[in-house]
Amino acid sequence: MEIGCKAEKNKIYIFFVGELDEYSSSKVKQKVDKIIDQTTVNQSVIFDFSQTSFMDSTGIGVLLGRYKKLKKLGIKGYVYNPSFQVDKILQISGIYDVMPKYKRG
Amino acid sequence: MKNKMTIKFDSISQNESFARNVIASFILPLNPSVSDLSDVKTAVSEAVTNSIVHGYPDSVGEVVMTAEISGNDVHITIADSGIGIDDVEKACEPFFTTKPDDERSGMGFTIIKTFMDEVKVVSKINCGTKIEMMKTISKQAV
Repeated sequence: MEIGCKAEKNKIYIFFVGELDEYSSSKVKQKVDKIIDQTTVNQSVIFDFSQTSFMDSTGIGVLLGRYKKLKKLGIKGYVYNPSFQVDKILQISGIYDVMPKYKRG
Repeated sequence: MKNKMTIKFDSISQNESFARNVIASFILPLNPSVSDLSDVKTAVSEAVTNSIVHGYPDSVGEVVMTAEISGNDVHITIADSGIGIDDVEKACEPFFTTKPDDERSGMGFTIIKTFMDEVKVVSKINCGTKIEMMKTISKQAV
């Protein structure tokens, strides 16, 4: 899995490109945390799943960990454009209660 | 149709994607919907990850995946000879994890049970864990 990011006004997009499983998770955590560390309080973080071809419950753990980090920093997090498969897993996990889906206005 | 297969592989993380891609190829002749295909792939990924992470926490062992197609039913077994699960019922509870510091979600078994039609977990301490699961692949209009 590759991680990309893009800053846009008061938003930071973090892209998850490829397959997120236990094998890829530790690198993903490191890379995403590096990006979050550079985020300022008035920005929101959007986790962009448009290019995520596969994710299992390891991804829930990764996202919950990042949510806790963001919460400590007082930064809001959102989930954007998950595929049918990724969305199903995120729904079961209940993560949308703390990180809602972002809708582009 | 009838068909069956068995593969045996090392308990290393790289084999998580190997196993789920094998099962996807194996059930492809049933012409599964995108939804059924991703359900089976995800369930296999969860079960194999379980064997790799929890079955063999400090060593590399073997994981065996068998699959059998009978009509539209797919039976899959993921078995390891690892340390086993102390309390299977507890392990299957949502959000239960023995490794909370690793940021593990504890949702593996919940996802397997949600995505498959039948699931059975048999485990014995120091003997290993076997996860048997079944899903009926829905027939699609051509």
